Amino acid sequence: MEGKVDAAIRRRPYGAFTDVSQDERYAKDLSRPAELPPGVCVKIAGLTKEFKMGDRTITAIAGLDLEVRDGEFLCIVGPSGCGKTTLIRTIAGLETQTSGTIWVKQPSNGRPLTAMVFQTDSIFPWMTVEDNVAYGLKMQGVPRERRDAVVRSLLKVTGLERFGESYPHQLSGGMRQRVNVARAFAADPEILLMDEPFGLLDEQNRMILQRELMEIWRERRKTTLFITHSVDEAILLGDRILVMTAHPGRVKEIIEIDIPRPRDLISLRGDPRFISLYKRVWELLSEEVLRSRAQEAARR
Amino acid sequence: MKNAATKAQDMRPPREGPETETGYQRISIRRGTEAIVIEAPPAQDGAVRGIRFLSRTVAFLSPSMLLVLWEVLSRWGLIDSRLFSSPSLILKTFLPLLRSGELLSHVAISLQRIVLGFMAGAVPGIILGLSMGLFEPLRAWLMPLVSSTFPIPKLAIMPLILIVFGLGEASKVFTIGIGVFYLVLINSMTGVLTIEPIYLDVAKAFGASKKDFYLTVAIPGSLPMIFAGLKLGMGTALLLIVAAEMSAAQAGVGWMVWRAYDMFDIERMFSALLTLAVLGYLLATLLEIIERKVIPWKEK
Repeated sequence: MEGKVDAAIRRRPYGAFTDVSQDERYAKDLSRPAELPPGVCVKIAGLTKEFKMGDRTITAIAGLDLEVRDGEFLCIVGPSGCGKTTLIRTIAGLETQTSGTIWVKQPSNGRPLTAMVFQTDSIFPWMTVEDNVAYGLKMQGVPRERRDAVVRSLLKVTGLERFGESYPHQLSGGMRQRVNVARAFAADPEILLMDEPFGLLDEQNRMILQRELMEIWRERRKTTLFITHSVDEAILLGDRILVMTAHPGRVKEIIEIDIPRPRDLISLRGDPRFISLYKRVWELLSEEVLRSRAQEAARR
Repeated sequence: MKNAATKAQDMRPPREGPETETGYQRISIRRGTEAIVIEAPPAQDGAVRGIRFLSRTVAFLSPSMLLVLWEVLSRWGLIDSRLFSSPSLILKTFLPLLRSGELLSHVAISLQRIVLGFMAGAVPGIILGLSMGLFEPLRAWLMPLVSSTFPIPKLAIMPLILIVFGLGEASKVFTIGIGVFYLVLINSMTGVLTIEPIYLDVAKAFGASKKDFYLTVAIPGSLPMIFAGLKLGMGTALLLIVAAEMSAAQAGVGWMVWRAYDMFDIERMFSALLTLAVLGYLLATLLEIIERKVIPWKEK
């Protein structure tokens, strides 16, 4: 039933904006909280997501099982089209799974379950930087004074204090992506979902933003799922790296990153632990990329 | 590949060369043994300013020259001044009309009809257009009706309007209203339908309710298109005022045109046309100013 509604939204996104509230969706799953082991923030069991395209059914994710630890930074890598984005969109409630269950730790005092940083330019052009950052809080009905305080502190952390009243078109691409990140942090969710947030930025901006993200994250220790295509970035930021299989997506392997923080890319690159981790991730990843290529060739 | 001769020439030490035929200065830069020749435009701060001044002068001169040409042709008898008059004769009629207040009283009457008609068309146009953009069933139901009635020339239904609304103000307001209505409706609907899908995801991911979505995404996101519709509508309102005042009117700038035509008072007719042009320009400027206030995020 819900799946139907969701498919309808995808076909005509504006006609049928149905707000299946996230709390509602998870309420039924959370009715069995005993299945969420201690220290686990998200538990996913047998998650399958199928898309209907005409009369063909495409399986994006096929029976994915995953446990995300409380407060961890989990990086997700995998060949393109393997269902990484579908996975976090499903956790965010933007897609509804075909089957499988997602349990999420119940957030305390009305905080939202998830907030998402999107890959593309997604801050509202018609709102000032302040209003964009405050968006999640406003939607939660947080009173103005508290909203302002949160926004101010996040603008400070992201170095945007002087641009609170600016409109997005007056900012550079890097600054806009900082607003995107600040908006998600401001919502103060239980889980932060980031879909290649720095993918479209240039190298310099990416490195600066990675450092800033690490600073905010170390301060707030939020459970984070972070999709990236860069193995460097995954090792730099993550506590663990989830390598996904080629289409349809499953968990291929999860790799622990046992390099103490704070890390920085320059000293990391000479570290033997980094090199062996890089090799390991790359081996796994390249197997899947080659498999994904073979699939594509077979489809022709 | 460069031939040996030019290569040898380029090997010479870099220098600022004389101006080439193109008026650009030739600057040679040596990089290793390869030399790059860049034709750089000369410093042209003054030149840019000069061009800007020139284009402004031309913008003012071209209509003035047309007026001078008109005057000359008329005085030399190359065009029939009884039919086409001349700028000086028109001015001789126009100024007393303006001074006596007669012209302004007609302007006031026409302006009232334009404003009322514009409102009568724009307000329902925006409301229905947004609704049709947001609600698929409504769009499916009304779109065929809109598509089939929109192309009917508004002038063709003037007699019908007179039958239904009588000879009073209502028929004039309705004529203008119906013309404005369609343009605003179609643009408002398109405005909603062309909002980037990513903003819908953002609203959903941050827990926006249906009402929040309308107020924070749908309406602000379609404002630029709504204004495009309003501007088109204002142009149409000016076209229609003349038609509306053609029949069953005793005053108004449009009526002046027809009345002067009946009396073969060519100068008076041109005075009314001139007034319409000025009125159109002022109303368009007013809309631009309002747009800048309402859509401060719009890129210039």
